[in-house]
Amino acid sequence: MTGTSKTQTLCLNAYDITCERDDRVLFERLAFQITGGELLQVVGPNGSGKTTLLRLLAGLNREFSGEVRWKGREIQSVYPEYARERLYQGHTVSVKKPLTAMENLRWLCAMESPGDEALEAALESVSLAGYEYTPCAQLSAGQQRRVGLARLVISQAPLWILDEPFTALDHAGIAWLEQQISHHIGHGGAVVITSHHALTEVSTQSELVLGGGV
Amino acid sequence: MKLMLATLRRDAVLAARNPGEWLNPLAFFLMVIVLFPLAVAPEPDFLSRIAGGVVWVAALLATLLSLDMLYRADVEDGSLELWHASGEPLYALALVKALLHWCISGLPLTLLSPLLAVMLHLPDSAYLALFLSLALGTPVLSLLGGVGAALTAGIGGGSLLLALLILPLYVPVLIFAAGAVYQASLGLPYTGELAMLGAMLSLALALTPWASSAALKLNGLR
Repeated sequence: MTGTSKTQTLCLNAYDITCERDDRVLFERLAFQITGGELLQVVGPNGSGKTTLLRLLAGLNREFSGEVRWKGREIQSVYPEYARERLYQGHTVSVKKPLTAMENLRWLCAMESPGDEALEAALESVSLAGYEYTPCAQLSAGQQRRVGLARLVISQAPLWILDEPFTALDHAGIAWLEQQISHHIGHGGAVVITSHHALTEVSTQSELVLGGGV
Repeated sequence: MKLMLATLRRDAVLAARNPGEWLNPLAFFLMVIVLFPLAVAPEPDFLSRIAGGVVWVAALLATLLSLDMLYRADVEDGSLELWHASGEPLYALALVKALLHWCISGLPLTLLSPLLAVMLHLPDSAYLALFLSLALGTPVLSLLGGVGAALTAGIGGGSLLLALLILPLYVPVLIFAAGAVYQASLGLPYTGELAMLGAMLSLALALTPWASSAALKLNGLR
């Protein structure tokens, strides 16, 4: 297990993770590994701790016992670097309604600081061509989610952590997102996802079931 | 750094598209100052004595009015989480937010102050003192208020709690600032009070971003 620290292969390891919330054990002694080219789908009933697990893997939640390692090193000890190499999309769309799609996406991708052409191309790929300069208040819920998901096109991060990314998307949107995910995995990226939706496009996937007994 | 600039730009655009949010406290400030002489007594002697205090109390309350919204929207729509997820330190966000808040509340108040001083018959000798005390004191109000806003951002209807938390911390600023204006109106030196305000500003600049960052971690990012 310790051999991974020398090689720079993409590898997210979870060791012995236990998390309690309000005296209730959400999950106990979880251990798994995700490497480049793999997808981990976290499934479970509502309230089984899927979001908690994802936030914990993303380094946003520290209230747990156990250890999460990225490339063999504990994530909090390399946090700024880890933060650049993983993309976290929570289940809320962080889209400001008074701002246009372009302005929102520019902020969402601020760390990559892409040019206007790259932003326009990303919006075009989520079928929002023509809506670039429309305030997001005038877009539908699904379109607002698409603005948020356009980040995936621009991001260079090898690890994606996506919390319910299929919410509010139509069939075309779901197909687009599946295609993005399989493309990312095909290029050696890793994806952790929570979803009730069965991914059909992606071949190398494993499943983690939470809250089976509750 | 990139994210700091992007956030500064985003929030400036947001403020420009939503002018009501920051114009309301400003209008409140103006109304208090305009109504005060009508309600009390329009005698120049009396007004000139209380002018500094009135401007400062109004400025303090106007600042308090606009604080509540500082982090609330970002906590609710997940922007705060994204900032944290980006790996940029939260104290940088706190600094950006306080700076922005000052630009839309303290700065316009400071620039308006000479005009208001005329309406309250402030003696000529105290103009500079009022202007300088506002220029040094209002950033302290924004920085300290940011800590309170960060603490109460996750609580529904936390604005009363915010006022209770923050007002005691505002009192020293109020005392020294109003003191400086009063001294100046009597023709006495007021550099001591201004120096105290400067010291408070340096201390607030150095410490409050860390306090805000700790508060944000407590409530937005469990």
